[in-house]
Amino acid sequence: MRSVWALAAMAALSVLTASTATLATEPKPGGILRMYHRDSPGNASIHEGATYSLNVPFMPVFNNLVIYKQDEAQNRMDNIIPELAESWAWAGDNKTLTFRLRQGVTWHDGKPFTAADVKCTFDMLMGKSQQKFRQNPRKSWYDQVNDVSTNGDFEVSFNLKRPQPSLLALLASGYTPVYPCHVSPGDMRTHPVGTGPFKFVEFKANESIKLTRNTDYWRKGRPYLDGIEFTIIPNRSTAILAFVAGKFDMTFPTEVSIPLLKDVKSQAPNAVCVVEPNNVATNIIVNSSAPPFDNLDIRRAMALSLDRKAFISIMFEGQGDVGGTMLPPPNGLWGMPKEMLETIPGYGPDINANREEAKKLMQKAGYGPDKHMAVKVSTRNIPVYRDPAVILIDQLKSIYIDGELDVVETANWFPKIARKDYMLGLNLTGNAVDDPDQSFYENYSCGSERNYTNYCNREIEKLFDVQSQETDIAKRKAMVWDIDKKLQEDVARPIIFHARTGSCWQPYVKGVTVMSNSSYNGYRYEDLWMDK
Amino acid sequence: MFAYLVRRLFLMLVTLFGISVVIFFLLRIVPGNIVDILFAAAGYVDPADKANLEKELGIDQPLVLQYWHWISGFVRGDFGYSYVSEKPALQEILPRISITARLAGLALLFSASAGIPLGVISAVKQGSRLDYALRVVSLSGLSLPSFWLGLLILTASVAMFNQMPIFNPNPQTWLEAFTTYAVPAAAVGFRSAALTMRITRSSMLEVLRQDYIRTARAKGASDAAVNYKHALKNAILPVITVIGIEAAFLIGGLVVTETVFNIPGVARFLVEAIRWRDYPIVQNLVMLIAVVVVSANFIVDMLYAVFDPRIRYTD
Repeated sequence: MRSVWALAAMAALSVLTASTATLATEPKPGGILRMYHRDSPGNASIHEGATYSLNVPFMPVFNNLVIYKQDEAQNRMDNIIPELAESWAWAGDNKTLTFRLRQGVTWHDGKPFTAADVKCTFDMLMGKSQQKFRQNPRKSWYDQVNDVSTNGDFEVSFNLKRPQPSLLALLASGYTPVYPCHVSPGDMRTHPVGTGPFKFVEFKANESIKLTRNTDYWRKGRPYLDGIEFTIIPNRSTAILAFVAGKFDMTFPTEVSIPLLKDVKSQAPNAVCVVEPNNVATNIIVNSSAPPFDNLDIRRAMALSLDRKAFISIMFEGQGDVGGTMLPPPNGLWGMPKEMLETIPGYGPDINANREEAKKLMQKAGYGPDKHMAVKVSTRNIPVYRDPAVILIDQLKSIYIDGELDVVETANWFPKIARKDYMLGLNLTGNAVDDPDQSFYENYSCGSERNYTNYCNREIEKLFDVQSQETDIAKRKAMVWDIDKKLQEDVARPIIFHARTGSCWQPYVKGVTVMSNSSYNGYRYEDLWMDK
Repeated sequence: MFAYLVRRLFLMLVTLFGISVVIFFLLRIVPGNIVDILFAAAGYVDPADKANLEKELGIDQPLVLQYWHWISGFVRGDFGYSYVSEKPALQEILPRISITARLAGLALLFSASAGIPLGVISAVKQGSRLDYALRVVSLSGLSLPSFWLGLLILTASVAMFNQMPIFNPNPQTWLEAFTTYAVPAAAVGFRSAALTMRITRSSMLEVLRQDYIRTARAKGASDAAVNYKHALKNAILPVITVIGIEAAFLIGGLVVTETVFNIPGVARFLVEAIRWRDYPIVQNLVMLIAVVVVSANFIVDMLYAVFDPRIRYTD
């Protein structure tokens, strides 16, 4: 009889323990998430900026039509989910993408959300509306969209000039929120109004950004947090010390460098930290319109001189990726496989052999041990630009090129590049979406505003269009690899490496997912909660 | 005295006009403007969009016209709008001035309250161990950059107390309010205190050798009376001058201190505004600082007359 009672007691205890464990993992509502911000964004309008300094604090204010699943690290076509849209469908010829919209959604100022808002947003992005953005950096994303039409208040169609399956990926980016028709672009820069899980409270430049919970959010039970407060701390040492001292619940995403990550782990061993690629490629822009780099041999020699692994080990203690234009696998969806990459000049594992070949090319062009070529390597006066530029100069020495560092203030960088007043430039290119359409058209297409080198190859341009229309992923991937290989062989904009960076949060912060193939899309924060 | 006052006031106005011209044109000489920076941040260049934005901000107008718009607005108290935040410049500047003023005031207070007594002690105890120790401290104050000292304080407080004296706009307790300003003020005021101490010491040493000090001692005046009533009163003039100059120099030290301690004051704000080429903020703010510095110099000149009866400001 005693053993029966003991068994019953044990069973009761196990049920109690199990239920307590369940309760412990159940998301708890409430709390203000405190995060530091790395700098003061110029304004609060996501559509008018091109830095994730804007996305991180303001993405929680908005919704897109569709979005990448926020709890999966890798952005893929098959993890795009509806947000302001309830569903979508491609028409038979793949030239019309129709969204059925969610009903009963209201803007933060109480006005109803309708299809007219979607049309307004995309008309403005395409430069077709009366109201204009002051800056419109992603206008080219919608080059293939003829127009956006509405059918009643809750259906909207994107009518394309030709099939472009990747449009859905572009619409799922953190850069593609839907704006309200009734708020001017100027007001959106200072006081954004969205439909998202958090409402904008205030933005004090160089000081703080505050968001509060949207109690009327269409997704019931979300967000868990009462609000988010960003304290702007441009000084990295101060910010990390404050995180270690427990003043913040999270670091600014992907802002912890590998050496700093060691400091965090030693001083705050309980902190949860992850290191992921941020899909920002460090690359060389080459002025091929003027001597000496108008000579393909010299461009190739320069590409052959690169020791990419040395860059990665010096700057990231080995935590970086070698790749072409597209982020390499396994995190990247479209990057060339290693075997293919190594067939490209300069990517082979034998650095000495590559440099011997480079020296021969330099000698063919008239340079050698007794006649070095003098070049200026221009770059922005920011450590992430300056540091690799110094390493590049050191590596160029091995092939008779004497480089001189030319640091340029941010205000003068683009004017300098635009007037072609440079020989070599060390540049960083961030990719908002891991999709070739975004990367190829923006950076390599003839006439693109972000194609700083004015590289223009009509043959390759045709291939851009072919891959863009391909709906079969495997076929498209093969085409993309082929294009990427050609771009690297052409030394169009040699990619040096793809960086990896860290993000940390306190152990009681739950539901954080750091995206592994883009640093622009994972900040809706409606599933975040604090186990406090 | 009245004529001198009028002449000094007139000179002040001429100086401020000269400063306004220098501020305005120096800013335009620096390459790049807000539009370049906005497009750099957006990562693309569109000449049409650029031209529209330049027109919208009025920076496409002739420089003389731009200067006139600015200076006439400044005189009327209309500071225009920040190019970056698009809010009234005055609304952006004013709350930050009070933060920096508190910090600067505390730093100067720290500098004077630590520097002057220690300088006197060092002079009176010349050649003693205490004098050597104080001179080492003052030398280290002059040698340590304030940003380094600030980081050292932050690192030490995190390592030892797991606390961080970082800026809190709404302190709940007296201690919080104190740490918000006192620690950074001490960090930035340390150098200034060291300088004040050294000037006080050398000035005191000179005065202590004067005949009237010997006379005062011979008359049986106490050490405290001799040192503080007779000697310090006469030695204080160069110290006041140095504190006046330090008040102007403090803005440089505050830039780094505000950055390290993340204090949203006007000094850091000014640097950010220069980085963005936010002309309405930079011009008005620097002009305001110029007004304060020129006025402070004017007040220091007047104080000479109060402290030193030998000085008579007459025609």
